[in-house]
Amino acid sequence: MTDSKTSDSETAELETFRAETRAWLEANCPPEMRKPAASDADVFWGGRNAKFSSEPQRIWFERMRDKGWTVPDWPREYGGGGLSAAEHKVLRAEMGKIGARPPLSSFGIWMLGPALLKYGNDAQKKEHLPKIAAGEIRWCQGYSEPNAGSDLASLQTRAESDGDDFVITGSKIWTSYANYADWIFCLVRTDPAAKKHDGISFILFDMTSKGVTTKPILLISGYSPFCETFFDGVRVPKSHVVGTVNRGWDVAKYLLQHERAMISGMGERGVGRPLGQIAANSVGTDAQGRLDDSMLRGKIATFDVDEAALAACAERAVDLAKAGQAHPAFSSAMKYYGTELNKRRYEILMSAGGVDALEWESERSKQGARPRAWLRTKANSIEGGTTEVMLGIVAKRILDLPGA
Amino acid sequence: MALVLTEEQSMLRDSARGLISDKAPVSHLRHLRDSKDPAGFSKEFWHSFAEMGFAGLLVPEEFGGSGLGYVEAGVVMEEIGRTLMPSPFLATSVVAASALNRGGNAAQKSEYLPKIASGSLLATLAIDEGTKHRPLQTSLQAVRAGNGFKLSGAKALVVDGHVADVLIVAARTAGSAGEREGLTLFLVNPKAKGVAIERTIMVDAHNAARIELTNVEVNADSVLGEIDQGAALLDGVLDIGRGAVAAEMVGLSEEVFNRTVEYLKNRKQFGKLIGEFQALQHRAAELYVDIEITRAATMKALQALDADVAKATSAVAVAKARAGTTATRAVQEGVQMHGGMGMTDQFDIGFFMKRARVCEELFGDANYHTEQLARARGY
Repeated sequence: MTDSKTSDSETAELETFRAETRAWLEANCPPEMRKPAASDADVFWGGRNAKFSSEPQRIWFERMRDKGWTVPDWPREYGGGGLSAAEHKVLRAEMGKIGARPPLSSFGIWMLGPALLKYGNDAQKKEHLPKIAAGEIRWCQGYSEPNAGSDLASLQTRAESDGDDFVITGSKIWTSYANYADWIFCLVRTDPAAKKHDGISFILFDMTSKGVTTKPILLISGYSPFCETFFDGVRVPKSHVVGTVNRGWDVAKYLLQHERAMISGMGERGVGRPLGQIAANSVGTDAQGRLDDSMLRGKIATFDVDEAALAACAERAVDLAKAGQAHPAFSSAMKYYGTELNKRRYEILMSAGGVDALEWESERSKQGARPRAWLRTKANSIEGGTTEVMLGIVAKRILDLPGA
Repeated sequence: MALVLTEEQSMLRDSARGLISDKAPVSHLRHLRDSKDPAGFSKEFWHSFAEMGFAGLLVPEEFGGSGLGYVEAGVVMEEIGRTLMPSPFLATSVVAASALNRGGNAAQKSEYLPKIASGSLLATLAIDEGTKHRPLQTSLQAVRAGNGFKLSGAKALVVDGHVADVLIVAARTAGSAGEREGLTLFLVNPKAKGVAIERTIMVDAHNAARIELTNVEVNADSVLGEIDQGAALLDGVLDIGRGAVAAEMVGLSEEVFNRTVEYLKNRKQFGKLIGEFQALQHRAAELYVDIEITRAATMKALQALDADVAKATSAVAVAKARAGTTATRAVQEGVQMHGGMGMTDQFDIGFFMKRARVCEELFGDANYHTEQLARARGY
């Protein structure tokens, strides 16, 4: 098979980009940033009150930000790197090779940004995207409500028209890090008379607005990453609606695709030491160097097969999107599999850790890091749409099964 | 390399699909089985396959082939998997052609490769001896005799063994079963004295044979590759075969899945289409995801083979292991969701189940490849 001349020169350009990227990363990524974050406290989320947990973290963030590589594929005018899909893939691969962690974690990057790029108006893009890219504003997501979980479209938080403003009243739940967030992207009901999907709007507002309160929820992990969030007559300009009033469900669904892609990535997070080595260190090996627990060894090997296969599928999903052949609901398929796989990973880690993995409070256990992380993964197949909802979406939208 | 087919590869897929679905649908296999066809495949169709360039797909252009890669071979295998077409493509055009092209000297290449490309010569690799695929356990003996060797031992699951014009036999010239050192590949004429071939009628109605060699004399020119150092050549050739069978299983899985989903949309019970039942919807959705993931892993493995056969082992192990479990799940769900109909011989679904079982054993099952990955990763 012979390539055309164009693709030959494209390949050459890409290889030049790869070499430059590799050299830049080598020169600019501090050694401390070439391993996964030890805990959530070691992750940089940005925001008005952000603090760096270490000097290397600051250096790494600032260097990447200055290159536009906190959001490598966003347009340069919004603080992005302006990379093509192929270049972005190269950057990810090169970062992966040296184990470089993302310089900035952000719901603005993973969720709101893509939705604003598609549905936002010029003013909204100019106002919000550069601050997301630069890590200046930390966002949270106001989606679920106490009575609107899997059935998200039945949400009841209402936004009543009052002149140039909406006045928002109601409550949200499972708002990740609402207590640290500067702004919220929020689903509100603007037309209570319409059918449930048709009366929803997607609106942005500042969490310091009068009438906003948050209350962290203590989870089984002993941490409180989620909050209850209350709105008591919060006044928000109508210009803060993204897309059309009452058509917020389109924006919400589009954003969910990105959220699901983000969560599915947890299952193929091939970072840190391989499971087989972790298990060998704690369980021991036999005379032939094999893990001294043949059933566990089998589970790990099967996990490794599935993890490698999922990584290929994630890569292919990106390539399909680039080629215009992706099914819009495919992120639901990936979300289902990736989260179930991540739960398997942590079941294996707990089994491999044995007694050591049961300690909840000690220096030795880093304050129970493993059991807490294990418990945290149980939310993966619930948040952003449960496994059952994902399978329903695949059945209905991809397989076109009846009545789903 | 993007994990999607290029335009040329899509065109190849379309032309293979057109030809195979037209001339060799599942009824073709059924007819070969029911008529107890002595060849087990259609020679006429194989010639038209060759004329379109498929038989010599992997054969370099200088030997009359198309000089394409493993991704392209996988594209054809996937289409073969959709209709379960019995054909010499796997044994001759993929495995034997790769063995000759990678291990052959100039004389061997120019003798065999053009004939493979023209469709006039069938060849196959004889590797397995025990009940399971264990290449290093090869114990068929090759003893030096005069200027050549004498071969004695038995082989099983030799694909197309009863119709092949050339057997590529893995033998032990040194060492003992289990060792990497001492393996050698030989080109053996199936008509030579001392070769006994028993066609084995298999569960899937595809070709296979048991072969017994008793003091079969071969000359020194029959050695393919290096004496005692055949393991590396064999590794590569087997990985190519594994990638190809994984692709066949992806095609098989997707076809059985499509038929099953179609059935869910048409079969009514309790006054409803059974596809409305969530118990079946979720199982169908899970299977869809399994197939998509396995397809990606298989494409990754085939691309890895094209990049460097020697470095593709782990990617191939992942693909073949996934393909095994996915195809097994697909055919089991296929039969179960078709209910009683799925159990009838009249209905095609059973053919897919039977072929999947054979593909799973070919060149190592999911357990074998999962074990290989664990060893490669050192635990």
